[in-house]
Amino acid sequence: MLPARYIGPLAGLTRWPPDTIHPVSDLPVLKGVLVLLGCQLAGEVVVRLLGLEIPGPVLGMLVFLAVLRLRRPRPSSGLVRGPVLLLGHLQLLFVPAGVGVIVYLDELRADALPLAAGLWVSWLLGLAVTGAVVAGLARLATRGRG
Amino acid sequence: MTPLVGWHPQQTWDWLTTSPLFGLTLTLGAYAVGRWAHRRTGNAVLQPVLVAIVVIATVLLVADVPYRDYLHGGDFVSFWLGPATVALALPLHEEWHLVRRAALPILTGVVAGTVVSVVSAVLVTRAAGASHALQLTMAPKAATTPVSIAVSGQVGGIPALTAVLTILAGITGAVAGPWVLDRLRVRDPRARGIALGAVSHGVGTSRALNESRTEGAFSALSMALTALATSLLVPLLLLVL
Repeated sequence: MLPARYIGPLAGLTRWPPDTIHPVSDLPVLKGVLVLLGCQLAGEVVVRLLGLEIPGPVLGMLVFLAVLRLRRPRPSSGLVRGPVLLLGHLQLLFVPAGVGVIVYLDELRADALPLAAGLWVSWLLGLAVTGAVVAGLARLATRGRG
Repeated sequence: MTPLVGWHPQQTWDWLTTSPLFGLTLTLGAYAVGRWAHRRTGNAVLQPVLVAIVVIATVLLVADVPYRDYLHGGDFVSFWLGPATVALALPLHEEWHLVRRAALPILTGVVAGTVVSVVSAVLVTRAAGASHALQLTMAPKAATTPVSIAVSGQVGGIPALTAVLTILAGITGAVAGPWVLDRLRVRDPRARGIALGAVSHGVGTSRALNESRTEGAFSALSMALTALATSLLVPLLLLVL
């Protein structure tokens, strides 16, 4: 039992432990992250077992997609909230590898022109070609159907 | 008899810089600063990943902490790239009805994009006078980091430098991708998403997810397919280049 004159975030509770702790539980997020780890593990193991040329997490993504198609979880489910947590901070996950730039400052400076040209010209061409091909074919498909 | 209290700045510093706590706190702190700067200014150049890298690199260079010591903590963050890749199935699932109908344009676009990326990366780097190793290092840079690193090692590039180039390609997409697509008059959110994911992987996808759900889903799909296409096509394309 809480003392009778307790004032604080738990004031109003008459029983201890309380019947309702938090209106929103964090447990589903834990479950969601566990499912993500499980899918990646499955992907990594299968890729190695069968000697496949595709990355483990990519196969894991296909496994998770199958789980989602079958279960069709609601937005409150951990299967949605776990991924949303990670996808909301996707940029954070690339930071440590990006900091590796400090190891290669000399190389980058010595070959600044070819590296910058190769990186950005090929980035631009890739973006333009992909965008144009997909937009063009999608337009053709709609016209063909209409 | 040893005194109860001493003064050990050197030992403390040595412990601190090699402890995972240092790299992890620095990474999350710098990322928080980046998020704050991005929100505060709304400037597309101030992508959280870019701000965080600049902040951390400055701290490490000024404090003379080696990169591999920083990685004791940084690796905890990098680890989650795998589960995050798996998580990309979620936007895909939510936009499944659109994805299914556009299967042919998507596959054609990703294959065309990957071939153009790889071929132009090698040829332009070569034309600008870089060594053979650097050309190979540049080749897989459009695929997401775990894949580009693996492919780079496989074909004889410098994996860690490929990782840096990959992230630069990603940041370029997050900063300038939507602007360039506007200039190119690519307005279909499906085409925009596929294009961003094909050249700027997860970092571009994080920007696409901010633009619209459809664009984000297609970018996630494209990033996965590009990873696949890159690991299959780079060794083949290098045979003829």
